[in-house]
Amino acid sequence: MSSPTPAHDDVVHSEPFLRSLMRRQLSLSIACAATFLVALLGMPLLNYFAPAFMATRVAGFTLSWLILGILFFPFVWIISYVFIKRSLRLEEDEVNEARR
Amino acid sequence: MNLPLALLNGVDPWIFGFSFLTVAVTLWMGFRSAKTSKTASDFFVAGRSVSVGWNASAISGEYLSAASFMGVAGMVMSSGYDALWYPVCYACGYLFLLLFIAGPLRRFGAYTIPDFAEGRFDSPLFRKIAVCFVLFIGFFYTMPQMKGAGVTLAYIFPGLPYWVGVVLVGAVITFNVALGGMKGITLVQAFQYWIKMFAISVPVFVLMAVVGFYNTQIGANLAPGETAAPVSSIERKPLVEKAPKDTAWIAPFGPLTTKAVTAAANALPAEQRPAFLAEHQKPYSLLYTYSLIIALVCGTAGLPHILVRFYTNPDGVAAKKTTMWVMILIGVFYVFPPIFGVIGRNLLPELYSGVGAKGTDKIVLELPTLIGAKYGVVGSILSGITCAGAFAAFMSTFSGLLVSMTGALAHDVYGRMLRPKSQPAERMLAFKVAAVLIGGVAVTLGCFVEPLEINFMVGQAFAIAAASYFPLLFMSVWWRGMTMKGAATGMLTGGLCALGAAALTNLGTLALDKGPMGKIFAGFAPLNGFWAQHPLLRILCEQPAIWTVPLAIGLMIVVSKATSAEVPEDIRMKMLVLHAPEKLGLKQEYIQEQQAGTGH
Repeated sequence: MSSPTPAHDDVVHSEPFLRSLMRRQLSLSIACAATFLVALLGMPLLNYFAPAFMATRVAGFTLSWLILGILFFPFVWIISYVFIKRSLRLEEDEVNEARR
Repeated sequence: MNLPLALLNGVDPWIFGFSFLTVAVTLWMGFRSAKTSKTASDFFVAGRSVSVGWNASAISGEYLSAASFMGVAGMVMSSGYDALWYPVCYACGYLFLLLFIAGPLRRFGAYTIPDFAEGRFDSPLFRKIAVCFVLFIGFFYTMPQMKGAGVTLAYIFPGLPYWVGVVLVGAVITFNVALGGMKGITLVQAFQYWIKMFAISVPVFVLMAVVGFYNTQIGANLAPGETAAPVSSIERKPLVEKAPKDTAWIAPFGPLTTKAVTAAANALPAEQRPAFLAEHQKPYSLLYTYSLIIALVCGTAGLPHILVRFYTNPDGVAAKKTTMWVMILIGVFYVFPPIFGVIGRNLLPELYSGVGAKGTDKIVLELPTLIGAKYGVVGSILSGITCAGAFAAFMSTFSGLLVSMTGALAHDVYGRMLRPKSQPAERMLAFKVAAVLIGGVAVTLGCFVEPLEINFMVGQAFAIAAASYFPLLFMSVWWRGMTMKGAATGMLTGGLCALGAAALTNLGTLALDKGPMGKIFAGFAPLNGFWAQHPLLRILCEQPAIWTVPLAIGLMIVVSKATSAEVPEDIRMKMLVLHAPEKLGLKQEYIQEQQAGTGH
């Protein structure tokens, strides 16, 4: 897309535009999903391999219970907030690029 | 006259009053809104002016079902830590929806998953295949709602048999939908969310202020490796025999995930048991946990009645913001139900020995009455409030499911397959007949499931969605090489395997019941003997997502590669519509080309 473009139709309908569009959006989604999945899929592993640590008491809760029952929700809110911020900026860039 | 009076015997007027009020207000709001929006396009298109806040409340209101309101608490009480995966994944599944599916699907402008299936592959045939799963997932989802209704009515009217409650509530909602009320109107659904939020949080705070906070209630349970529980100051009733021990309940890999291995160990001679348990218990329950997580996270992204709601957003930006607010609204909600389960374990352990409608699934309804011992009528009022919340929960979800299933049957099966040339009046009649038909089947199914846990059944509906609609949506949106044959093979195989596995599990569990269901389903008892020999197969059957989701995706890739000549010709244009920002106006261009019949 660095090459000068004669008409905007050509850019929008070109193969490279679609490819870069999908690649950029997918890599953002995958990055966010990976952060989430490491935490989500890591929890059972921690429970499995470090049961004594996860049973540590924090104000009455076990650590494992505190994380899953309460702390996990705000964690996911943060990921989704970051994703929305970035994906909206990404869309704006794409529009500017196509109309240039 | 005597029978109704006898029924009212032992009914608490406060509990009855709050419940009745919720039902009446819901029906009234539904009919009032239905008057102002007459057609399906009113529901979809006019709704696009709905603000983010209202829409997020409405989606949350439709999503939070009897499983969230009653089932999660009941399961945390009966199984402990492992049950926490349910609320966490119910809420976090929305992240997958947000990251991979919500935006593209909103841009494509398909109202329902069958619409999307047809548009993406230019195939009316595929639409017919896709529509079947609206019904499959729907019926699995209505069964637990019906159990919620049966349990709640059996609680309000202590003399009422379980099945009468199911039939009564099912009939009221079915006729309401058939007559045109409850069209999934945003206002009603949003109102239902706030009822549920109020009804779950207020009693929790009052309870905690009286009997001790969340952390001290958990602290009263002994964790593995401890010699004494850290909190001894709060009141605890002695556990009954059927209740799990503290250490198994509070720690991961407890009774929920180790059930199959425990059953297998019990079938062995006593001297082999400890070695067998030591070898298999933890690895198998890790497998169970992962399969459960996959089912719930992927399943949320494939629920037919939730995706529809995203089209009431004015644009993609609002769709994304709505999803974020939904996650916040339901996330806050899901902190509360487990608290009922934890306090219930300490204060109402007698529910462990109850079965069906008298078991742990009613903890949310019954727990607030304990306040009554100290503060009299306050206990009844709080219990009335949670009953009202339970009504809001199963009514909103059952109505939403009934509307989408009836729409599928009347619009797709009747209107497109059986009688494509039918008149509008005939179609209106078909809608009513279909509503009664589906309501009838749902009620009948609901009567059989009293021994099954509410939350567990909803998990099965998610597992079916995870193996059918989720792979379809995810792969069609991000891989342009998908063909109709690939999508259909993967979705059907994965979805039907999950469906079969879930049905077998339920039949086996019903055969174990000591009541009338055990007699009806006694023919399936040998299944349990087989599973006792093969605990791994039992786990893969009870939580099938870990093999059905990869199976569906794998089949989609293999068959699509084999039939790659059949990729739709205008695939680049379709992909652009799915992924390019809406400001570029590609959707309009695409529609014009389709109408001109040019293709691209």
